[in-house]
Amino acid sequence: MKLKARHTFFILSALFLIYSVSIYLKPLSVNTDDRFDKTAAANGKLVWQKYNCQACHQFYGLGGYLGPDLTNILSQPGKGEALVKAMLKTGTKQMPAFQLSEKETQELIEFLKSTDASGSADPRNFENTNFGMIERYETK
Amino acid sequence: MKLNKLHIGNLFLVTAIIMLLLGLGFGLLAAFIYLYPNFLKDSIGFISLRPLHVSSAMFWIILGATGCVYNGLRVVTNKPITNRVAIMQWLLWIISIIGIFISYFTHQFGGREYWEFNPVWALPIAIAWLLFLSNFYSHINNVRKWPVYMWMWLTGLTFFLFTFIENYLWLFPYFREHFITDMTIQWKVNGSLVGSWNQMIYGTAFFLMDRISGTKKVGKNNLAFAMYFLGLFNLMFNWGHHIYTLPTEKYIRYIGYIVSMTEWVFFVKIIYNWKGAVSDIQKHYHYFPYKFIMASDIWVFINMGQACLFSIPAINIYTHGTHVTVAHAMGTTIGINTMILLAACFEFLKPDLYKETSLKALNRVFWFLQISLVVFWTSLNIAGIKKGLWQLSNPQSSYSKMMDSLEPYFITFIIAGFGLFVSLSIIAYKLLKHSKKSIFN
Repeated sequence: MKLKARHTFFILSALFLIYSVSIYLKPLSVNTDDRFDKTAAANGKLVWQKYNCQACHQFYGLGGYLGPDLTNILSQPGKGEALVKAMLKTGTKQMPAFQLSEKETQELIEFLKSTDASGSADPRNFENTNFGMIERYETK
Repeated sequence: MKLNKLHIGNLFLVTAIIMLLLGLGFGLLAAFIYLYPNFLKDSIGFISLRPLHVSSAMFWIILGATGCVYNGLRVVTNKPITNRVAIMQWLLWIISIIGIFISYFTHQFGGREYWEFNPVWALPIAIAWLLFLSNFYSHINNVRKWPVYMWMWLTGLTFFLFTFIENYLWLFPYFREHFITDMTIQWKVNGSLVGSWNQMIYGTAFFLMDRISGTKKVGKNNLAFAMYFLGLFNLMFNWGHHIYTLPTEKYIRYIGYIVSMTEWVFFVKIIYNWKGAVSDIQKHYHYFPYKFIMASDIWVFINMGQACLFSIPAINIYTHGTHVTVAHAMGTTIGINTMILLAACFEFLKPDLYKETSLKALNRVFWFLQISLVVFWTSLNIAGIKKGLWQLSNPQSSYSKMMDSLEPYFITFIIAGFGLFVSLSIIAYKLLKHSKKSIFN
């Protein structure tokens, strides 16, 4: 049993490593998106984490549950960059006002531009396909 | 103090129980914010309370699993495990926990969801885990014909370290600059990390089943090994079910979907087989370990049903990003992991309940805990379903209006949460009361 178990363990582990590496290499095949500054967006992600925005907010339905999903906050009707900046300064009923520097605010906005450019997170933009799978029928 | 006088497995279990108590307290405070948004808003706030609650709960599980593995290893190898390496491992955890809590209280974040602390505090955890792994390897050399739980412990230990390191790939701009890849890796990590500590905890459940039944049949049968490999397969490949809506590669979502459908199947069957093999005398001798293992069995069944349903993407679209996910996380963390860990705590710490406490009173607490969890889980599910329907409605009311409409379910969830806090605190107190004796031989 031990020998068989060991072989199965190593085969599965090798498959897992191959699968993992294929995901790590993915950025090499992605075209550059000129709708946002890549470096500033990457710094904006650090701002997002520094102020723990994920405690309340989500991207693509992943994150906290107290506030709304912010994936497409910049392109939603009636929302956008000005609203985000105002909310950060004044806070809301639940959200405290954050004292972000001008640079941090701009990097965070750039990060939100990158999430917005990645696709639509609205569940209404999906349809059922074969075998219970879902696909996006409205792409940005 | 001589090292061989110290029981390292029980030291980890007692530390874990303290984390459980802290997690319950922080969780209750955080829940109040759902009803009273101004509560602690300008002091500690939800942004600190949530990570304090989540980290405490995770440390309860991780340290508890560590304590179980050390206790199990002591029985399997028939020799004391405590040594300088194990003590150093425990000290590194304590340093890290103190640092993490101070950083949360002072709003010094920097990490990502579930690991929100500054990455510098991940370093002592990673070193502690390396020491754990080396200690485990150095003790298992002479063990022949490994029972399934030894494989599960080894798997949990190895994959935890791998995924914990993978969890920090975002530190490199190469990953951070690609939002979708970064999110994919984040949820790959989350899925596999949970799978890793589940391997350690379910391994402990098998170990306890063998110990309670006294047969040593559970850990060596073919079905148990089949179940183990199914669990390992899921640990590696099922995490795609977290990101069906993320615009990542199709094959990742399909692999996640197909693999998820194979989940849990054998586990319930094994527990039922085992249940039949335990005599009334054995049940009486291991009264609370048996009771908590059986409770986890019921919660596996409930959560398995739920997980299988919302691993189907067409259903997942209604539940994703809603409190149904929270209900599932709580159902598995409290209903399965906590029940198994409490069974292990009663077995290894051996609290002297029969002299001081009437068994009837603790039985009532046990049932109060189960009922509270049912109410807690149900209220979160109803709130989640309502939010799911809102997400797909057109036209859509505002987010705050939708949240206001969920208030009755949040009130129920807080009352039930208080029930969980009270019942688990009583059980933790009983376990801690005589713990000094169990740490120092």
